[in-house]
Amino acid sequence: MYRTKSGEDIFIIDGHVHLWDGSKANLKNVHGQQFIDCFYAYHSNLSPKEYLWPKEKFDNYGPEVMYDDLFVKGYDDMAICQPTYLTDFYKNGFNTTERNYEMKKRHPDRFIVNGAFDPRDGEAGLDYLDELSETYGIKGVKLYTAEWRGDSKGYKLSDPGAQKYLERCGKLGIKNIHVHKGPTILPLNLDAFDVADIDDAATNFQNLNFIVEHCGLPRLDDFCWIATQETNVYGGLAVVLPFIHSRPEYFAHVISELLFWIGEDKILYGSDYGIWSPKWLIEKFMAFELPESVSKETGVQLSLTAKKKILGLNAARLYGIDVEAQKKLLGGVRKAAAVGA
Amino acid sequence: MTTANATAAVDRPSTRIAEVWDRLASVTDPELDESVTGLGFVTHVEVDAAGAVQIGFRLPTYWCAANFAFLMADDMRVAVAGLPWVTNVAIELADHMYAGEINRGVAAGRSFQDSFGAQASGELDGIRRTFMVKAFQRRQEALLTSLLEHGHEPARLVRMSVAELAGLPGDCASRRLVERYLERRTVVASGANAAAQANETAFVDARGALLDADGLGAYLRALRRVGVNAQFNSALCRGLLAARYGDAAAPQAGIEPVHFVSAGDWKETVEATRSGNASA
Repeated sequence: MYRTKSGEDIFIIDGHVHLWDGSKANLKNVHGQQFIDCFYAYHSNLSPKEYLWPKEKFDNYGPEVMYDDLFVKGYDDMAICQPTYLTDFYKNGFNTTERNYEMKKRHPDRFIVNGAFDPRDGEAGLDYLDELSETYGIKGVKLYTAEWRGDSKGYKLSDPGAQKYLERCGKLGIKNIHVHKGPTILPLNLDAFDVADIDDAATNFQNLNFIVEHCGLPRLDDFCWIATQETNVYGGLAVVLPFIHSRPEYFAHVISELLFWIGEDKILYGSDYGIWSPKWLIEKFMAFELPESVSKETGVQLSLTAKKKILGLNAARLYGIDVEAQKKLLGGVRKAAAVGA
Repeated sequence: MTTANATAAVDRPSTRIAEVWDRLASVTDPELDESVTGLGFVTHVEVDAAGAVQIGFRLPTYWCAANFAFLMADDMRVAVAGLPWVTNVAIELADHMYAGEINRGVAAGRSFQDSFGAQASGELDGIRRTFMVKAFQRRQEALLTSLLEHGHEPARLVRMSVAELAGLPGDCASRRLVERYLERRTVVASGANAAAQANETAFVDARGALLDADGLGAYLRALRRVGVNAQFNSALCRGLLAARYGDAAAPQAGIEPVHFVSAGDWKETVEATRSGNASA
């Protein structure tokens, strides 16, 4: 919970957190090493100096540190765990639903745990999706369309195989499809970051919500266009938000584009923890004002109302969280949480 | 490959190295529309007495898209091979998931498809064009915005010919922007060469259609996304390169963020932009 200077409490749902294991012991190959190293480069490039972690902590921070960073030091009230399996790179997977669920078992009111599917798993994968739904009651999935699987270096949501999975999601009440758009989707001669398949899937599955993580970066321009066309496409701010520290002028331009094209009801905060931590992200976001030159010329405002929606109310709507009831439920714990300046 | 020129300054390798750097500066990262040297991607250039050139380059991450990496490597090879004294060009991409395939493919002069086999399903012409169009849009937006700020009338701008644009007074602050724009305008040109293109309308959309003076504000508003995206990516790429190779690795002096149109009434254009197909 973040308390403004005027004493107003802002309920915060972190739409994108991980409990990963990128430690040496879990590595399968050089790709796994390069993957965690790349994450660390994002962390070191965009974090304020005083929030930089040593690499050993970054590789595998564990559940206690995570809880502390999110809810005690940080201002999150709830967090959505988004799995990234990467079983070709890591022996026990990088960040699995099963491991994330350990967090939920310890703190059931704090976490929403999402599942994942990979259409290349065929019928067995559909069974696994049923199992995830039954065991964990998942309301969302995180899809990593660039994940390597043997000779395959990724898939698209418009692939016929993916359609079956989205149909099954609809049947199981898994309404929130978080999609990480990443590189290396085959065939290599096409634009690996193309977001057109989201457009396709969102049109075919109007009953599902598509949350494009990182707002389609590095194809923000194309993403804004499809999100304007489709009522069920949302943008997740992970990776975009940290620019607020090192490149606030870029952040101002990007958030104003997002507010202009997709609007304040369709943008979701996500820290991408452990890459970045909620404490500084939230403090800076709450303190951030769009430069007058930008708001005057684009006509958008980053008002307190917009901030509340982005930080929690939009995610609460997608996940059916009753914010007032949840505040009461967390009441006892909340007292211990840090209070914003 | 050009044969070595006997009169070339063999005893002045530093001149030759400078010539290579100069050629490399003309090669762009297709996605960012910025020079590979300005981005800090090129690590070293070596030239031997026989005219063989070795170029080392690196990218911000191990995972950077293979197609862009291949395009940059091949464009570097072609740009440098054009120097009269060059006998051979070896490009060495380091620390990349496809370094082996790319280095071997470019060295052998193989196409992208041949270098990657089943993992590709064609050449890179399509992707190259997609990003040439984005660069065209970004450069056009910057130029038109500047011209409007300098008092040029929209009605006149949308009818101006290429020759008229090129002939705008030399003291015009937009001179550099004009050159950059005309460089990429070829992507929508009908005429085969500069002479044939001189009478074409200078400003058309990505499909080659004429622009509407009344809708120019909305049109530019839509194009601005392309620039915002490219600049954001550029900042990210420079930052990741610096994180990977040390702070001195990437020149951080990027282009200033795109400025928003100060002229024009955005309020009237908002609905038009949202309801019309403003995307090119």
